[in-house]
Amino acid sequence: MSSTSLAQLKPGQIGIITNLDIEEGLYRRLLATGLRIGKPIEMLRSIFSHGPLHVRIGMTEIMLRRTEAQNIKVTITS
Amino acid sequence: MKRVALLGMPNTGKSTFFNRITGASARVGNWPGMTVELMTAKLLIGSSMVEFIDLPGIYDLPGLSEDEKVVERFLENMPLDLLIVVVNTTQIERQLGLLLQLRQLQLPTLVVLNMADEAQQFGVKVDIERLSKSLGMSMVSISAKYGQGYPAFHQEIQKLLADSTPSTVQGLPHFLSHEELAPQVDALVKQSVEVPLQLSPTLTHKLDRIFLHHWFGLPIFFFIMYLLFQGIFLLGTPLQDGMEWILSAFKESYLAPVVADLPKALQGLLLDGIYDGVGTVATFIPMILLFFLFMTVVEDSGYLSRAAFLMDVLMSKMGLDGRSFVMILMGFGCNVPALMGTRVMQSHRLRLLSMLVIPFALCSARLQVFLFFIATLFKPDQAPLVLLSLYIASFAAAFGTAYLFKGKFSNNEPFILEIPPYRLPTVRHMFLRSWLELQHFIGRASNFIVVGVILVWVLTHFPPAADPASAETLAGRLGNFLAPIFEPIGIEAQLVIALMFGFVAKEIVVGALAVIYGLNDSHLTQAIVQHVDWVQAYSFMLFTLLYSPCLSTVATIRQESQNLQFTVLSCCGRLGWRGEYVLCFIKVLAG
Repeated sequence: MSSTSLAQLKPGQIGIITNLDIEEGLYRRLLATGLRIGKPIEMLRSIFSHGPLHVRIGMTEIMLRRTEAQNIKVTITS
Repeated sequence: MKRVALLGMPNTGKSTFFNRITGASARVGNWPGMTVELMTAKLLIGSSMVEFIDLPGIYDLPGLSEDEKVVERFLENMPLDLLIVVVNTTQIERQLGLLLQLRQLQLPTLVVLNMADEAQQFGVKVDIERLSKSLGMSMVSISAKYGQGYPAFHQEIQKLLADSTPSTVQGLPHFLSHEELAPQVDALVKQSVEVPLQLSPTLTHKLDRIFLHHWFGLPIFFFIMYLLFQGIFLLGTPLQDGMEWILSAFKESYLAPVVADLPKALQGLLLDGIYDGVGTVATFIPMILLFFLFMTVVEDSGYLSRAAFLMDVLMSKMGLDGRSFVMILMGFGCNVPALMGTRVMQSHRLRLLSMLVIPFALCSARLQVFLFFIATLFKPDQAPLVLLSLYIASFAAAFGTAYLFKGKFSNNEPFILEIPPYRLPTVRHMFLRSWLELQHFIGRASNFIVVGVILVWVLTHFPPAADPASAETLAGRLGNFLAPIFEPIGIEAQLVIALMFGFVAKEIVVGALAVIYGLNDSHLTQAIVQHVDWVQAYSFMLFTLLYSPCLSTVATIRQESQNLQFTVLSCCGRLGWRGEYVLCFIKVLAG
């Protein structure tokens, strides 16, 4: 079990969210999409090395940018 | 009359549900004092007339984006008999938060668990009776898309509305945040929802491996767009020819004899003015319908959010994001709803920057002008390529503008977007959506076209002594007056008149040409071939694309930005492009 940022996950890897170091507006939006501390999140893919990320939380798939993902800390489980 | 509002998160199928219950009777209604347009429909439920209002999709209360603020203002000010909350059953885990927030309003509420079909497919099970009891809200399960569960819904709504009285929220409550509600949501989920622990690999994931491929994703996207335009031409052209033939046959054999006894001038106004003008525009209805049909497929299938995902890297370089790109694509239908669509953005600067570039999107009204010129002056095998080049010009102008102005509207709005599973669009919904869009197009067009073509006819036929549309008429004089500006870019005087009317609405341009050249469709085509070569036509099309947006668009920009200075900028900012373009064109001609 190692701690890292969401942006570092490889496609297919799942992490448990441990910390969300982001501003209020985005924080609330992420909560509404089901992303919160303690929830598992799966990396599906990213476009290019600097492009946005495609992730899955529960039954919801979202895309978000790498800059924001760097501030979401996760513990890798698989 | 009773009033029912529909609410829910984005991607819950709320609009499909609204369309399903209201059929084709829906209209865009203006809400006085709220400066917003919402879809409304009136329906007979039981023995009372009920007005249904489709509110924008929201994630959270209190509102952060303009959309959410609209919903808040609506809930605060409008007395309601019933609130219908549409929930995506598959994602019920995370949608309960909003439901609990709405429960704080203490309004009579009916919860519609939609997408029952998908939930079953994904193995999500909800104990409706138990959940409904825990929440203290009525609940029904449906599939809006396949029309399942409606009898139960109608039974429930009739019961709820039978002796309802409209109630207003007594001041908005302090909404609990999704974070504060999390323990409550978890408890509800544990008690009455069953979600599979491991998702089996679905078709969506397999398709995404292709459509969102690292290298092939974007080329596939452009190829799909290319096929779309090919398809519009291939299917639309014969339909359009058919329309033309019918309209012209109707004129010759029925209308002409009917008006034969009227004075010559009045005959001219009726037949060559109004009928030809309006008729020419009407021949484009099949093409526009096809355009909306295809766009509905792209949108409903879930591919549109994938396009936003693919384009985000490029868009971020211009200070925009994937959503702005989707809005530009929407703008290809009509700029007005696309401008309103920017309400989902939280940052005001990002909204303004998006609003600045959306009017460059080649809307259906402009498409109709281009289709006319392309079909007239280019070979059939060149036609789709010429149109594609105009779409590229449209993107280039939009992106270029964003690039130039991104400093002025710099923002650091984070960008997150839901990626729904791929869905097969239903034929019923495709046609219903396209029909509504087409109605809007015709509604907008008919207001302007009739007045427009009459004005053009008057300008080109007065004074009566002069030959129609000759240099001696009012239009001719006006055209000659403006000639020094337009001649260098190869646009002749007659076309200038059409362009002037195009400022009011692009829909008028082709109708105006029919009147200016005093001919009906088939003859008009021949006249254009004689008067205009392809270079002039291309120049005219580029100009139509880049000059001022139509009046409705300008009015929407003013309304949405609440800023006159910005509105002026968005019209005049285009001057620079026109300058560039004139210079380039002169260079080409000189070279």
